[in-house]
Amino acid sequence: MRNLPAQNANTPGQATSKVGAELQHEAATLHVSGAARYIDDIPVPASCLHGAVGMSTIASGRIKRLDLSRVRQSPGVQAVLTLQDIPGHRDIGPVFPGDPLLLDEGGVVQFHGQALFAVAADTVTEARQAARLAEVEYENTESNLDIRHGLQEEQLVRPSHTQSRGNAKAAIEASPRRLHGEFSSGGQEHMYLEGQVSLCIPTEDNGMMVYSSTQHPSEGQKLVAEVLGIPLHRVTVEVRRMGGGFGGKETHANQWACLAALLAWKAGCAIKLRLGRVDDFVGTGKRHPFHTEFTVGFDDSGLIQGVEMDLAGGCGYSPDLSDAIVDRAMFHADNAYYLPAARITGHRVKTNAVSNTAFRGFGGPQGMLATEAMIERIARAVGEDSLTVRQRNFYSAEDGRDSTHYGQKIEQHIIPSLVERLVGTSDYWGRRAEIQEYNRQSPVLKRGLALTPAKFGISFTVQHLNQAGALIHIYTDGSIQLNHGGTEMGQGLYTKVAQVVAHAFQVDIERIACTATRTDKVPNTSPTAASSGSDLNGMAALDAAEIIKKRLVDFAGNHFGAEPGDVCFIDNQVHVGQERYSFAEFIQLAYMNRISLSATGYYRTPEIHYNRDTASGRPFFYFANGAAVAEVLIDTLTGEYRMIRADICQDVGESLNPAIDIGQIEGGFIQGAGWLTTEELVWGEDGRLQTNSAASYKIPAIGDTPGDFRVELLPDSPNREATIFHSKAVGEPPLMLGIAVWSALGDAVASLSDYRESAQLNAPATPEQVFMACRSMRERN
Amino acid sequence: MPESVVVDVNVNGVAYQREIEPRLLLVEFLREEIGLTGTHIGCDTSYCGACTVTLNGRLVKSCTCLAVQADGGEVCTVEGLEQNGELHPLQEAFSEHHGLQCGYCTPGMLMASKSLLEENPSPSREEIRKGIAGNLCRCTGYVNIIKAIDAAAVKMQGV
Ligand code: FES
Ligand code: FES
Repeated sequence: MRNLPAQNANTPGQATSKVGAELQHEAATLHVSGAARYIDDIPVPASCLHGAVGMSTIASGRIKRLDLSRVRQSPGVQAVLTLQDIPGHRDIGPVFPGDPLLLDEGGVVQFHGQALFAVAADTVTEARQAARLAEVEYENTESNLDIRHGLQEEQLVRPSHTQSRGNAKAAIEASPRRLHGEFSSGGQEHMYLEGQVSLCIPTEDNGMMVYSSTQHPSEGQKLVAEVLGIPLHRVTVEVRRMGGGFGGKETHANQWACLAALLAWKAGCAIKLRLGRVDDFVGTGKRHPFHTEFTVGFDDSGLIQGVEMDLAGGCGYSPDLSDAIVDRAMFHADNAYYLPAARITGHRVKTNAVSNTAFRGFGGPQGMLATEAMIERIARAVGEDSLTVRQRNFYSAEDGRDSTHYGQKIEQHIIPSLVERLVGTSDYWGRRAEIQEYNRQSPVLKRGLALTPAKFGISFTVQHLNQAGALIHIYTDGSIQLNHGGTEMGQGLYTKVAQVVAHAFQVDIERIACTATRTDKVPNTSPTAASSGSDLNGMAALDAAEIIKKRLVDFAGNHFGAEPGDVCFIDNQVHVGQERYSFAEFIQLAYMNRISLSATGYYRTPEIHYNRDTASGRPFFYFANGAAVAEVLIDTLTGEYRMIRADICQDVGESLNPAIDIGQIEGGFIQGAGWLTTEELVWGEDGRLQTNSAASYKIPAIGDTPGDFRVELLPDSPNREATIFHSKAVGEPPLMLGIAVWSALGDAVASLSDYRESAQLNAPATPEQVFMACRSMRERN
Repeated sequence: MPESVVVDVNVNGVAYQREIEPRLLLVEFLREEIGLTGTHIGCDTSYCGACTVTLNGRLVKSCTCLAVQADGGEVCTVEGLEQNGELHPLQEAFSEHHGLQCGYCTPGMLMASKSLLEENPSPSREEIRKGIAGNLCRCTGYVNIIKAIDAAAVKMQGV
């Protein structure tokens, strides 16, 4: 460039936008003014057509005849895509094959709502209407939606896996007391408010520009390239933001991006494919429902001696990510408790449902919940408050009670003191006494209280995913452009990573622009998942910043003869010895002296490994810890209930942005509570999802949240591992704190037996379930 | 092809005349006909509130309202909240108090809270909870949304 931009006579002020500051979301102003663009808001080329998908209307069977002539003749239809049209791969299984993109005559339908063909038309309405007009004849076969039945028949999408320590059976038999139990938890629809959507525009070189609401742009790129039969370098995937993801756009955004790309290729023009909400409910995977059986041996104080547990996840029809999800359930079957002898087995059961997928917590919540249900029963059996039994079983540094059933050592024992703190701040024991008194006086309304902890392992359990890249450019006006492989879905990742970069250069956050995640800026990225977003991308961005800083320091050395120690970045300035330069001024000087002002950064998590053959290792870099106390009020005659109060303490290490972290905790807790209370998925006998819209599937509304909600970040708890500024991940862990609400509901029901028996309460504990649990408790007492 | 009709709708103070299909929804009219994409489509069926706007001063879910119902009427959307380049106090409060995460519910929440504050300029927390009961947020757990509305109410009372 010939002329450098004029510098603002920038009076350097203190840079305030650093790590640990409670900065608002980087796009907050865009959001509140309605200017933030989601995929559906991007202006489209004039010739853009709209896509829709034709879906199966049976859950299991063979397609005898698929006649699309009425679809083709429907008004506005410009292109129809069938399996035979696909030039490249026809299976988009993300890890293992098993996810056919479309089906044709002779094809086997495996769930109600499976995609058969796709259509492009002039308008959304025309496309959706045409998609309903296929004439399909099926040869029905028997379908199964029951996890237990599938397990009995050994219908599995992947082999079972066992983790064990010692001889659990013998330990249980030698125990003074034993319990055998079963427990089931339902699935959960993500219900991201922005549904699945993708916009594909063919490029001049037979490639494809893909805008997709996805948590995993690189996988979208790979699959789009594969179905089109072209190299990856011809496909670019971009996502600036999602209107919520929660795991539901980790692999389940791929199908719609691939179909839109194929339609665009076939029609030779841009295609937008946005699923209507019902199609989104029916056609995309959910949290895995689980059925668990356990046998546990314990002593008279409730101290666990040995556990045998079979965790069976309902995977739906294909593997998708189920191997890793059921693994994570197994990794969390200990939650915060030491299991001296254990045999934990995870089964991946095939059912005729949509393929279940990632959802915040990724199987962890299901494993933890089963264990918490077990602890509740142990506590009632020994006649102790469940909190006491929990505390007795915590991992501790003493007596060797510090390693998990998969061999990872717990290096830092945060839970015991965190729980102690929360017991105090929530006045657990005072309220326990008061509630017992209230319940004695109140025949119909009963209050319940529970404290549950959550220890959550941080890292992808698939080792190679624990890597990330970032890209930083500094321009000659001193403004900085930041890009990384992580995606923004509301969790504040862009804000946090920008804070890291602002901190590295000691400049104001306004100087940094976050740009959309794109596969041509940072390639080969991992999904934004496993709570790893800021851990991985923050480190990669810091690496890029440090590379540029080192070049600048070296430059100052050569140019001014300064020692590296004499150069420092401070308050929007660069100091070289006694000289002070504004950041922009110094950047211009570096540019004029031909210093590269752009760098890529890279990070991979150290030290983690897991050996599947021995079922042991150190799969997690560290653990995020938290606990919640929930109080509920139930009407024992109707089963209706309200959450009265919730208290949370969460360990986020040295927070990068406390306001964002608290928001994650509040939102995660409520989402977890929703999973265990009002969110119920119901399938008909024909395998059709009955709860297929927000009308029948109830996510928490504001009235479902507690009027009294107190959240605290555990003070003075820097991460001992070398994470980004010693922070800890916060995306998923708080979801599991919602278990306290389920436990509190059980506690209120148990009051009907004077706390001698535990409630027969599966999850979700809908009002109907609470009513039945009350009735059966009354019948027995 | 259904016959088209001509509608006149005033949106955020600007008069628009369009020839549309009678079945066109108000949300489609706003997003596709006049390009105001701040109003979002969430659930399609009147449950989530992402598409909330006001029609003649009353809250409506624009996914469940036909554009022809707005003929001759006045619609206000999130894009109309800003006045002379200044954010509305509610908009400021939602950003400052972290009343949004993914932001998809935000425009609808803003419209619902604006209407609440017009009816009740200093609502209690309970009244705020009732006032936005028809709007779902999947991200925040609502705490910061309540804080933001509360802060905006205080600020608006102050001036
Ligand atoms: S899209 Fe209108 S209420 Fe959900
Ligand atoms: S901020 Fe995401 S839905 Fe409300």
